[in-house]
Amino acid sequence: MSVVQSLAGLLSLGGLFEIWTELDTWIVVTGILSSVSCALLGNFMVLRRLSMMGDAISHAVLPGLAIAFLVTGSRDSVTMFIGAAIVGVLTAVFTQSIHSLGKVDEGASMGVVFTTLFAIGLVLIVRAADSVDLDPGCVLYGAIELVPLEVVEVGSWLVPRAVVTLTVVLAINVGFIALFFKELRISAFDPATATTMGINAQVMHYLLMTLVAVTTVASFESVGSILVIAMLIVPAASAHLLTDRLLTMIIVSAVIAAVAAAGGHAAAITVPGIWGYADTSTAGMMAVVSGVIFFFTVFLAPRHGIVMKGVNQARLALRIVREDILALLYRLDETEGHESLPPVSRLLRECNGTGRLLYTMGMAALRMEGKVQRHGNVYHLTDIGTKKAGSLIRTHRLWESYLHKYSNLQVDHLHFSAERLEHVTGTRMQQALAAKTESPPTDPHGKAIPGDAEL
Amino acid sequence: MKRVVAYSLVALTTPLVFGGVGHHGSITDTSIALPSMEEIIRLVTLRDYNTRVVVIGTMVLGLAAGIVGTFMLLRKRSLMGDAISHATLPGIGLAFIAMTATGGNGKSLPILLLGGFLSGLVGMLCILFIRKYTRIKEDAALGVVLGVFFGLGAALLGVIQKMNTGHAAGLESFIYGKTASMLAADAKLIAIVATAVVVICALLYKEFALLCFDQNFSAAQGWPVLALDIVMMIMVVVVTVTGLQAVGLILIIALLIIPPAAARFWSDDLLKILVLSGVIGAASGLIGSALSALTPRLPAGAIIVLVAAGFFAASMVFGTARGLLLRCCRNLALSRTVGRQHLLRALYEWHETNTPTEAPTHDRTITHGMAIDELLGHRSWSAFRLRRVLARAFADEVITLTGADHFRLTERGMAEARRIVRNHRLWELYLITHADVAPGKVDRDADQIEHILGTVMVEKLERVLQSRTPHLAMPSSPHAL
Amino acid sequence: MMESHEATDPGVHVADPPEFAVDALSDALLAGAEMSEVPALAPPNAYEQMPVVVRDLTVAYHRKPVLWDVDCDIEKGRIIGIIGPNGAGKSTLLKAILDLVPKASGRILIYGKRYRRQRRLVGYVPQRETVDWDFPVNALDVVTMGRYGVIGWCRPVTRKHRQAALAAMDRVGMADYARRQISQLSGGQQQRVFLARALVQDADIYFMDEPFAGVDAATEKAIIKLLQEFRENGKTVVVIHHDLQTVRDYFDNLILLNMRVVAAGATRDVFTEENLHRTYGGRLTLLDEAVQAIARRDDSRL
Repeated sequence: MSVVQSLAGLLSLGGLFEIWTELDTWIVVTGILSSVSCALLGNFMVLRRLSMMGDAISHAVLPGLAIAFLVTGSRDSVTMFIGAAIVGVLTAVFTQSIHSLGKVDEGASMGVVFTTLFAIGLVLIVRAADSVDLDPGCVLYGAIELVPLEVVEVGSWLVPRAVVTLTVVLAINVGFIALFFKELRISAFDPATATTMGINAQVMHYLLMTLVAVTTVASFESVGSILVIAMLIVPAASAHLLTDRLLTMIIVSAVIAAVAAAGGHAAAITVPGIWGYADTSTAGMMAVVSGVIFFFTVFLAPRHGIVMKGVNQARLALRIVREDILALLYRLDETEGHESLPPVSRLLRECNGTGRLLYTMGMAALRMEGKVQRHGNVYHLTDIGTKKAGSLIRTHRLWESYLHKYSNLQVDHLHFSAERLEHVTGTRMQQALAAKTESPPTDPHGKAIPGDAEL
Repeated sequence: MKRVVAYSLVALTTPLVFGGVGHHGSITDTSIALPSMEEIIRLVTLRDYNTRVVVIGTMVLGLAAGIVGTFMLLRKRSLMGDAISHATLPGIGLAFIAMTATGGNGKSLPILLLGGFLSGLVGMLCILFIRKYTRIKEDAALGVVLGVFFGLGAALLGVIQKMNTGHAAGLESFIYGKTASMLAADAKLIAIVATAVVVICALLYKEFALLCFDQNFSAAQGWPVLALDIVMMIMVVVVTVTGLQAVGLILIIALLIIPPAAARFWSDDLLKILVLSGVIGAASGLIGSALSALTPRLPAGAIIVLVAAGFFAASMVFGTARGLLLRCCRNLALSRTVGRQHLLRALYEWHETNTPTEAPTHDRTITHGMAIDELLGHRSWSAFRLRRVLARAFADEVITLTGADHFRLTERGMAEARRIVRNHRLWELYLITHADVAPGKVDRDADQIEHILGTVMVEKLERVLQSRTPHLAMPSSPHAL
Repeated sequence: MMESHEATDPGVHVADPPEFAVDALSDALLAGAEMSEVPALAPPNAYEQMPVVVRDLTVAYHRKPVLWDVDCDIEKGRIIGIIGPNGAGKSTLLKAILDLVPKASGRILIYGKRYRRQRRLVGYVPQRETVDWDFPVNALDVVTMGRYGVIGWCRPVTRKHRQAALAAMDRVGMADYARRQISQLSGGQQQRVFLARALVQDADIYFMDEPFAGVDAATEKAIIKLLQEFRENGKTVVVIHHDLQTVRDYFDNLILLNMRVVAAGATRDVFTEENLHRTYGGRLTLLDEAVQAIARRDDSRL
């Protein structure tokens, strides 16, 4: 299959709609419900730096499920919930007690506990393998494809059982967070203070772990523990890069989780087809899509994204080079006799280490803005250019005066500091500087400071 | 509708591959058949070629994992192995797909493992990248990589399952392990990896130790901290990948974490911990795989982990460096000593105040002793505790009963009490003269320290106090008794 | 210029300094004069005699500037104290000198060369809290770590090195504790172990991060005695210190630091009421504001 065809396959949403059925809708609904449930709790796990606890619990619930099954002999949801919730809390308790009693590193004690529990679960299931249709593969991947097959009647409506269960779990999680929002916030941020304020951070911790365990179990038969692990952490981590506020973070993480779930299923039935393969595990693809979202967030997040940081830096660099050019031209004007000086670009490169590209861009921008004109080989400031440059020089020399007066920087070092400070100084600060230095006529080097009125 | 059928088929045929020896035995039989003596002998003597391969393979694997894991534990990065091992799955899947697509044999183990190694490496680099360039903390970085890579792996396995070239091809055994199917070639691979790991750890022992102990100092001395970290983690990836076959990717983590954590309870010496951790790992592999070879229907990977967990539990309780029992015993012994010393001092001081002029030891006029109620008021101990302290002191013949609930010191007790009281008062004096502690507060402070004063300290105290205190033999109490 | 050249941590960049100033250069071009000489700081040709020369050092941690345009010289054969309030960047200054934190800008020279090439000359005593004292090694092992640089890659520690370590422990009065597990040592003893580790490095310049914090009087005396021995042997010691009462007794020179160098020089000259007030009595508010704006990379002008 050619690349063009592949791309066409990827882009043809029509193809997706052709194969989309009601079953797919139910699958997506199930995925969204469980992803969002996980993502909500995940925020607090990420903030409390307990991310790996999600992984631990989702592995460790296995024996809880197995024992619940062996005891009652049924896959009755309630028993399973109780069994798993108990084991989930036990995981947290064991981890904590091995950590504090045995003075074992927290990560290691988590590792000891969950691998051991998982091993116990495996043994139990294998021992009972013949009579049980509970297999660890199912726990890992879930069987989301089978979700629509098992339905219960809600009112007059046939709804997959998993959807009902997950809706309840989601409601519980939402209720928990809404009810305990401020307690969760403070115990995530500062457990010690929380406890002194009468909010038992420990209790909040175990409540959270119980809910994680319950959510894991509710999700395991439909989406599997892979998705639980991914959805607990990835949406919350992405949201953490996108916002600095907890409430926003929670909402954003839920949205990301939902998008990942929907996109994941769509990807599962379309993407492998591009290379001529059959559709694949929906749960796995949901995790992958959330990973893709995380990847883009890492690079493109508006404030914390790597690319955006670079772009901002470039913009800033461009602004600074423009300002440097203006200031340089102003100084040359001041000294007169600039006709005999080397070209501005060379001077600037030697003075400020400005690269040629940056210089060219800066100069072009200045000429477009009408601040600089070119006469033959020589550049001149226009009137607005002069005004702007005068203001910059004023800031620069006021800074020098300020630093000279209040700090004991060496006179010849004043320039270096002022050079950097001038680029971040606005009108308000310039006025403050003037006030602090009582607007001296000259700077410490004896050069005239352009007056406010002239500008 | 066709797809629904396909879905159901997949779910129902999802192969249940476990590390067990096999699924013989009747359907209803869930009991563990005890192995016969002959079977045990065959196993112990390793007469069976297959068993020999499996047992030796898992043992060597445990050894390597235990050694690498120790450094990870001390670097506080135990869970890194968790994330890395999950991250190997997509590589295995991709390798399989790539090989099948190019018409090769998808099941070529070296290629699959190479794929796993590469994707584990990519996962590790992702973790380092996320941690360094974003505000995401280490734990979340691990979680993200673990979840996403594992999801990708699952998706690839899903693709493979539906490929025309055959079913999942036993790739799932990488998740849960398939110890019994270990071949001599696999065991050889494990042996090579283990040798390499041991050699590298031996060569870089001091570099790793310094890095784990004091990263700043290590960097200031010019050791390439990042490179050392990466070497350490590459070893983890390699051990994980080779262990996938044997115990599966979830349980290999256990071999990286549990033996070092267990060994830590036995020693405070890094070298001993390394060796012991290797030994515990090896023993877990040996015993675990042997047990599962003897009893059908026990998944070897899980049994190995449970054996390791047993070692951990035993170490946590009985460990001679940080074990719970040891610490409990020490606390108990200390609290006993403290109780006894308090008792003897109280009695001594009672003797002192009741016979101010005469030597208390030979005074026969005192027939009565100190009443238990008086003793009870003397300190903040409960009646129950006091009675136990008294009973023990009585058994040691340092006190005698002089009437109902009245006690006095025996001659032996008097000698011991004299020493205790003297230490106490020397310490009190020292605190008053050298540490500016108010005399009223001194009793409390002296109490806390006196129980751990050794002879060396007492000698030092004597020397310090000599010039100022006239009655060093038995100084009088600096405060009202 | 504002573009970054440190690729290590995007949160850390502040501006790079211009290699030459426009003013200075155009002055020079126009007046034909040389760049003016630095009065108090050492001239470039004296760098090779100076243990440490710091020029225009700026360091920021995650948007928060910690050091701003720091210049200082550290003279040979002195005990130099760095004092300043909490968060003044004292530890950061040491770490920047030792190349442990990325610099936003500036130059640091150890005897005229970059730290990388002079590592053998430098001994470092980190803060006691920065390491895990539960680590499974004994005191002797820790002291021996000071020799690892000399021993080199992959070579084992030999008896010779252990003996050197033991000798160093003896000098700090810790020989009896060589086989003790480090968690069983008191705070003062742990500090002495760290000192012994620096001692076996046999360095020329020592950097110590709060060696007197949380130690008993005896250890404090032992440490200061050792520092004086160092000085007598012509070595240079830079110590971060907190206790203003002992400053006069302990240090020949002082650097008063509060994000920038407030004063530096001989203790009797710079340890004045006024300088202390300037160091501890708040910062230059306008400067602070501007510097933070730079660190934030904020486009909105102040």
